[in-house]
Amino acid sequence: MFPLAVLEPGGDLATILYIVSFSLFIFGVRRGTHPTTAKQGNLIAATGMAIAVTTTLLLDGIGNWGLIIGGILIGTAVGLVASVRVQMTAMPQMVALYNGVGGGAVALIAWSEIRHGISLGEEIPLDELIPILFSAVVGSVSFWGSNIAFGKLQGLIPTRPLAVPGQQVINALLLIAIVVACVLIASDNASPSEGLFILVLVAAAALGNLVVLPIGGADMPVVISLLNAFTGLAAAAAGFALDNVALIVAGTLVGSSGTILTLEMATAMNRSVPNILFAGFGGAPAAGAASGEERPHVSIGAQDAAIKLAYADSVVIVPGYGLAVAQAQHAVKEMADELEKRGVQVNYAIHPVAGRMPGHMNVLLAEADVPYEKLREMDEINPELPRTDVAVVIGANDVTNPAAKNDPNSPIAGMPIIEVNEAQQVIVIKRSLSPGFAGIDNDLFYEPNTSMLFADAKQAASDIAGEVQEL
Amino acid sequence: MDLIVEITIFVLAAFVGFEVISKVPTTLHTPLMSQTNAIHGIVMLGGLIVVGFADDGLEKAIGLIAITFGTINIVGGFMVTDRMLGMFARKPKPAESSTDASGSAGSEAG
Repeated sequence: MFPLAVLEPGGDLATILYIVSFSLFIFGVRRGTHPTTAKQGNLIAATGMAIAVTTTLLLDGIGNWGLIIGGILIGTAVGLVASVRVQMTAMPQMVALYNGVGGGAVALIAWSEIRHGISLGEEIPLDELIPILFSAVVGSVSFWGSNIAFGKLQGLIPTRPLAVPGQQVINALLLIAIVVACVLIASDNASPSEGLFILVLVAAAALGNLVVLPIGGADMPVVISLLNAFTGLAAAAAGFALDNVALIVAGTLVGSSGTILTLEMATAMNRSVPNILFAGFGGAPAAGAASGEERPHVSIGAQDAAIKLAYADSVVIVPGYGLAVAQAQHAVKEMADELEKRGVQVNYAIHPVAGRMPGHMNVLLAEADVPYEKLREMDEINPELPRTDVAVVIGANDVTNPAAKNDPNSPIAGMPIIEVNEAQQVIVIKRSLSPGFAGIDNDLFYEPNTSMLFADAKQAASDIAGEVQEL
Repeated sequence: MDLIVEITIFVLAAFVGFEVISKVPTTLHTPLMSQTNAIHGIVMLGGLIVVGFADDGLEKAIGLIAITFGTINIVGGFMVTDRMLGMFARKPKPAESSTDASGSAGSEAG
């Protein structure tokens, strides 16, 4: 039907093409670790993917072309539209969603593989069956976990940790049930039960939901990164089952590099991965005790803020998730432009986990044409803060909380912070005094040199820009 | 392929993954996560193989969803990464932007 030269499945030529494609993945990821080559790296990896897909389509004996082309067309359309339409601020949940569908695909492939094996009526070799079971479980966990992560970041599900009583016990029981069912299936590899397999998929789905639901929104990037690594491993397992070298290498590459990325992110937040998965911030009653009563704070308007800023020599802007949610990056740039026009030196202090993902804030501010060299990393800007006239905290909270340094009992104790409390004056633009994702009060708000400007970040920034212009 | 050969490949690939990602600036964490996310869309090959050789109705249906999901993962993943990285694309050359007419007009106004 297709007049193309067909490749023998598992033959030398097909394997060589797969080797070319996974080499491009490795090279692409390597290039992706440098700011100047990252875009090119992404293209290289995408080329590798095109080669891998084309090679597979050319395998001898592939049929059902209508279904294959249909699936590819629908998937391409959805992927294209979604990635062109998505707002830069919604990037983290988009990645979660893509990760989810990847995990879902692995689980479905595993199901279809085991069905195929059963229908052949022959014994399924264990070196095929065990990877199938592994990819089914991990794929299903990843699919559902990612969907919950998406729901939380998108605001469809409450972002606060949702605790179910006896959570750990339920999770442990589910995990044991999954392992037992898998052992049962594997021990009966001559005629494995499909019903039991579906049960495994369902139990893994429940586990994916229950593990991610209790995790607070602030930890979500780490969770997404971890699930990303999981999906990679599941893909590698599918490669074992299908004897496909491209799947094994690409999946493993994602699994191991994803693990490193996850650990780096967790370190940047001074959190450990087990701590995130099994503890959550859990309400943090110790530090939250004082949050019941109203504490004295100074509240100012846009005009006062404009005066403070316009007559300063140096201003450091500390952006946080509030800026991202309010889409305030352009308004903030406008405000900074007004200040710079008056000779004020403006810099941006970027906490490693500002926004919802490491690097997320850089992307947002770059979108608003903030020059790259004005985006200063935390370690670089902290020593300069005591010499800074005004620090403007926009929609950031936990990453500026001095409790992380001063209060060893705080749930965020030890987390590196941007030390805005060292600046001469601090203006905090925030909707209310409500605590951040960690669910703890921020002492910064009650310091004598802190002024609170209660407003939406975007509105406040453009109001200040207007007021500065008038001065 | 021999299981032992596959395990060898697996272990070596794991080390490559660890090595290749070391010392990444925080700025690139999100794009890199997104790019590796797109790469695991390679499971779509599994969907192709499943559907390509399937004759059972349900198997075809499952495989079709797997292909669709996998394609979304690949296309969406690479596209979104490209968009993110596009945000950084213009700035690494400050020398050029200062000679650039619109750039200098912008900096005078700003």
